[in-house]
Amino acid sequence: MPMREGTYGLLAEFDTPSQLVHAAENAYSAGYRRMDCYTPYPLEEAAAAIGFHKDYVSLVCLLGGLMGVAAMFSLETWISVWSYPLNIAGRPYFSWPAFIVPAYEWTILYAGLSAAFGMLALCGLPKVYHPLFNAPNFRSGATSDKFFLCLESVDPKFDLGETRSFLEGFTPASIVEVEY
Amino acid sequence: MATKGAPVNDPMIDPITGEYVVVAPGHTFKSVTETISRIVLTPHTPLGWYAGFALAGGVATVLLVAVLYLFLTGVGIWGITIPIAWGFAIINFVWWIGIGHAGTLISAILLLFKQGWRNSINRFAEAMTIFAVVCAGMFPLIHVGRPWLGYWLFPYPNTMNVWPQFRSPLLWDVFAVSTYATISVVFWYIGMIPDLGTLRDRSKSKFGQFIYGMFAMGWRGSVRHWVRYETASLLLAGLATPLVLSVHTVISFDFAVALLPGWHTTIFPPYFVAGAVYSGFAMVITLAVPIRKFYHLEDLITLRHLDNMAKVMLTTGLIVAYGYAMEVFMAYCYSASHWEYFMMWNRMFGPMGWAYWVLITCNIALPQFMWFRYVRTSIPLMFLMSLIVNTGMWFERFVIVVTSLYRDYLPSSWGTYRATTWDYATFVGTLGLFTFLFFLFVRFLPMIPMSEIRMMLPQAKVQPESGNVVEAGH
Repeated sequence: MPMREGTYGLLAEFDTPSQLVHAAENAYSAGYRRMDCYTPYPLEEAAAAIGFHKDYVSLVCLLGGLMGVAAMFSLETWISVWSYPLNIAGRPYFSWPAFIVPAYEWTILYAGLSAAFGMLALCGLPKVYHPLFNAPNFRSGATSDKFFLCLESVDPKFDLGETRSFLEGFTPASIVEVEY
Repeated sequence: MATKGAPVNDPMIDPITGEYVVVAPGHTFKSVTETISRIVLTPHTPLGWYAGFALAGGVATVLLVAVLYLFLTGVGIWGITIPIAWGFAIINFVWWIGIGHAGTLISAILLLFKQGWRNSINRFAEAMTIFAVVCAGMFPLIHVGRPWLGYWLFPYPNTMNVWPQFRSPLLWDVFAVSTYATISVVFWYIGMIPDLGTLRDRSKSKFGQFIYGMFAMGWRGSVRHWVRYETASLLLAGLATPLVLSVHTVISFDFAVALLPGWHTTIFPPYFVAGAVYSGFAMVITLAVPIRKFYHLEDLITLRHLDNMAKVMLTTGLIVAYGYAMEVFMAYCYSASHWEYFMMWNRMFGPMGWAYWVLITCNIALPQFMWFRYVRTSIPLMFLMSLIVNTGMWFERFVIVVTSLYRDYLPSSWGTYRATTWDYATFVGTLGLFTFLFFLFVRFLPMIPMSEIRMMLPQAKVQPESGNVVEAGH
């Protein structure tokens, strides 16, 4: 990754979820788009406030599940009918009811793995370095008891002075300028 | 309910519903984080932990010795003979995997039903699932006689040009159990990522920060990530639910597809699943009672949890009782088959009839005491009850496996079964292995999901139109 210099964004810290949601809603209606909230537990209201509604995890999961059922059912059919046909007490080679069970298990296996790893991939994880970890108060709060709103410098509306005074209007516990 | 109407002074009782609370009042985001992460991050490991760890490790060594001797000698060291070719190995396999099922039930099914109380016991119930599957998965593997060829069970291209036979329930088992193990581990790990992030941020040691940091994968609590995370958790729960039902169903097919009286019955799948959940909840209580005491987690694992788990056990216990009753009805009244009739008579009054009555006492008679609220909310009694049910469920599998096999159709082929020292050593060894893994888990990983407990606190809710008002702490 190329080294980047300068400011990543302004990070405002709040003590309660209500303050965070209030600030995020106002920032969104003021026209900020490149921003994110950081909370110690899932806070749907905050996601809605910054205009994030659609995640594609379910779609990835569905595709994975279809792949699993197709893979196992075709494998079973190919093995039992063409590659290694066994006559078991005169049952048909294509005994599909018996094939359902492993195909069912693999549907779940593929769907589950796709949901889990698809979620991580969509989130861009694993990513052990992130500019926010440079903020002195971020790591002690974001995964424990504090609520953060970060307005990022890549947003066209971002201006260090103006954005800072905009955030100060919501009486955050602190505002930190985060470096890359 | 006894507490309703009367003035309530106990802070652990919700004044409105009269039920025990799920989280003790007065907790904040910080105190929850502190209470749970302290157990893992403390530099002073309690002496009791070392003692228990050493003891469990010692018992697990017995397993190592037993399996080593087995590999050197063969399955002849066990009590299995013809006609009882499935002895302790299969009994223990079914018993352990059944125990695992309660973990999935708690983490998946209760999540879908929005049962908030499950949050505190969810993580270690999932850990229990994984360790139980580790113990369970070993048994079929060492039971095949030549375990170093175990990989032949998987369909892979080989120079022998041989492929597995997909019409056999024993092969279905391979797919069911391996999928179950994989999905359980993934579900457990994904659920733990936010908490690993917390540990990374709170750890004082460089090594801890590095290790937890690697496993947390850079989790930073972005709400976009949280939304995807929540969707993935729901999807995994939705997938694990049919999975857990299918796993024990497939295991029951191992029996039900055979033509043997006592095995060849359609009631097996539902009755196996109910029995699995029954014994699994018992094991959760067996583990939860000492853990909450030792680590002072009475605020987070409350009497409400014991009460609710007792009710689930009561329900599944009755389903199991129905299963037993149906077996008797089918054999004596409905089948009109001499073989079925004899199997049932032999199971109850034959030379191994005592096992059947142990099973009825432990699984049906004694658990009825859980109808009393006093029993459900008494910690020592519930602990005792959990041990009774676990014993009963082990005997259930013993009765199904052994008393069906040892006297089948032809009297000249009848036999008897006596487990050897090595059978017992292997079984006791897996108990040690299970406990050993559990000790490692409670020491190095957060055993209660912090993010989910935070979500249950009253101050976690967003107050409408009160953005700038700082809430009074609850």
